[in-house]
Amino acid sequence: MAKLKTAIFDFACCEGCQLQIYNMEEEILDLLTLVHPVEWREAMSDQSEDYDVAIIEGSVTRREDEKRLKEIREKAKILIALGACATIGGVNKIKNHFEMEEVKACVYGDDARRPHLNTYPTKAVGEIVKVNYMVHGCPIDGEEFATIVRCLAMGKEPKIPNYPVCVECKMKENVCRFEYGEICLGPITRAGCGAKCPSSGMWCFGCRGFVDNPNVNAAKDVMDQYGKTIDDLSGKMLLFGTEQEQ
Amino acid sequence: MAKRVDISVHHVTRVEGHGNIRLRASDGKVEHVEWQVPEAPRFFEAMVRGRSFEDIQTIVSRICGICSVTHSMAAIKGIEDAMGIEVSEQTDKLRILCHYGEQIESHILHVGYLVAPDLLGQKSVIPLVKSHPDVVKTIIRLHRLGNTWMEIIGGRMTHPVTLKPGGFTVLPTEEKLRQLKGMMEDAIPDLKALAEVVLGLADKLPDFDRDTEYIALSGPDYYTFYHGDIVSTDTDEKVPVQEFERVVNEYVVAQSTAKWCKWHRDSYAVGALARFNLNADLLTPLAAQTAKAFGLKKGACNPFLNNVAQVVECAQVIEHGLELLDELLTTGIKPEPVKVEPKTGEGVGSVEAPRGILFHRYAFDEKGFCTKANICIPTGQNHANIQKDFEAFAPQIIDRDQDEIRLLLEMLVRSYDPCISCSTHYLNVEFV
Repeated sequence: MAKLKTAIFDFACCEGCQLQIYNMEEEILDLLTLVHPVEWREAMSDQSEDYDVAIIEGSVTRREDEKRLKEIREKAKILIALGACATIGGVNKIKNHFEMEEVKACVYGDDARRPHLNTYPTKAVGEIVKVNYMVHGCPIDGEEFATIVRCLAMGKEPKIPNYPVCVECKMKENVCRFEYGEICLGPITRAGCGAKCPSSGMWCFGCRGFVDNPNVNAAKDVMDQYGKTIDDLSGKMLLFGTEQEQ
Repeated sequence: MAKRVDISVHHVTRVEGHGNIRLRASDGKVEHVEWQVPEAPRFFEAMVRGRSFEDIQTIVSRICGICSVTHSMAAIKGIEDAMGIEVSEQTDKLRILCHYGEQIESHILHVGYLVAPDLLGQKSVIPLVKSHPDVVKTIIRLHRLGNTWMEIIGGRMTHPVTLKPGGFTVLPTEEKLRQLKGMMEDAIPDLKALAEVVLGLADKLPDFDRDTEYIALSGPDYYTFYHGDIVSTDTDEKVPVQEFERVVNEYVVAQSTAKWCKWHRDSYAVGALARFNLNADLLTPLAAQTAKAFGLKKGACNPFLNNVAQVVECAQVIEHGLELLDELLTTGIKPEPVKVEPKTGEGVGSVEAPRGILFHRYAFDEKGFCTKANICIPTGQNHANIQKDFEAFAPQIIDRDQDEIRLLLEMLVRSYDPCISCSTHYLNVEFV
């Protein structure tokens, strides 16, 4: 079996999802039997224009980055969006709730008009080019990433959960975050994380994006039951859920 | 014919974020050398406005994957300062301990995965798997220690979830802390082995001194990453972190989307070497012994020695971490439910990221919604110093082969362990 020639590229993000690849430790050595990394700027000095798989981390926030992304898409047979910034825009999209000129002035003051500081509303990778697979989460789960890579190498279709975090949270026997008077996005957020945040005493903030057909009525019932309003919910949804509203 | 050197490195590899190097020289004379930062700015200070104090940590942790614990801690300390929240001794110790996990994870990532290939003449760690399998396995074990350490206390490796204003959402069990203690003790031989390897390669680090101002946190009575005042190697003054703006003096330059900083000179440096130069007297025994083995002494001003200072600090955080663990396990972990009532106020949180001192300032309204933020990142503070190093270093190496010049300039950038995507967030807000 020929190894998949793979390149990793980063756009606007914290590079924490690439870090999860390092964090697989010995398991990386195993993946290297299936994958031949040809470009990975954070880890390697090698560069290549010849790759089968392009893995994209980060969001697009500038015109020049959009051009770079399209060039990568043209060269790659398979394109994978890695992590929330790439799959749904992540926290970068909080910016889209403000006027761009105002955001620039807030951060750069009198220098905001300088051309090298330009920015536009954040876009997820799929808003610009076709995405073949998504690795969800902020950060991604290394195990899930490894599974997806193995599936690709073996020509199988990876199975990504399309049920809410509540399913995994219940299996962990956690007390519901709503019982603590908190707002939790578990009822509408895609599972696959093992309900990591609620299991650590934190509400789910929706970093894996919403399930394809969220049961909004059931979520509303939960909200009503615990005396929470849509305003309470939207304040939390804004963190990772901007422009995903359906 | 005149010998021309023309170097253009677009996106330096094996660093976090995007930076470029430009150099032009003719007949052994450097005409132009520049360190550029083209990273896409992400505008965190604008984005946190209007968000609740309980969501700030979740957002700003995403400034940097490699220093997510550090950003979370700086934000939480800033919120606590703004709202007058006191934390227990147990919370304080657990936070310092969790923060140490990130220091070792980041330092090992840098020295092991990003710098070691330069010293062993390779383009990445991947060929080292075959050529130096034992070294790679040692690096992997130490890296995993840092990650497990953060996971046990912070809930996960990157972007911690248990840290919150006032304390913790969930406390680690004593059983988990005992497990961590065992792992830390087991790591000491690995760390000694890694120090030996780096020592054997230390002659590959270029010999380049440039008198530099170093800035770090200092005090109380141990080698600090978490508490203390701002100090400089240029003065005896101790500046409270609440006054950090008069230290960093940020300004915009055309070659960078991150602002530059200066205090007593045109530039200053932060990071492991800065902390060492200011606090080396407080090192724990193994850390002091490691520094001695390398001949690293206070007053060192070769930027490449930052990599050595990072190895010294790995010993420091393991040794002091073990002391803290013993104290915590002796008193036992006590449940401490956290209830914070938001109130209006403004505050600053400062901690040492693995790559240098970090500042967060926030203001909140009476319901605890953020009204203003200002974040000043260590790599942002180092950018001007990297440029000044370039200007001094390039003429010294300009007679060498073009590829070698290029590699040496890249190594110089890497020695700072830059976190460039972090550094392109800064603010120019006047707080009233």
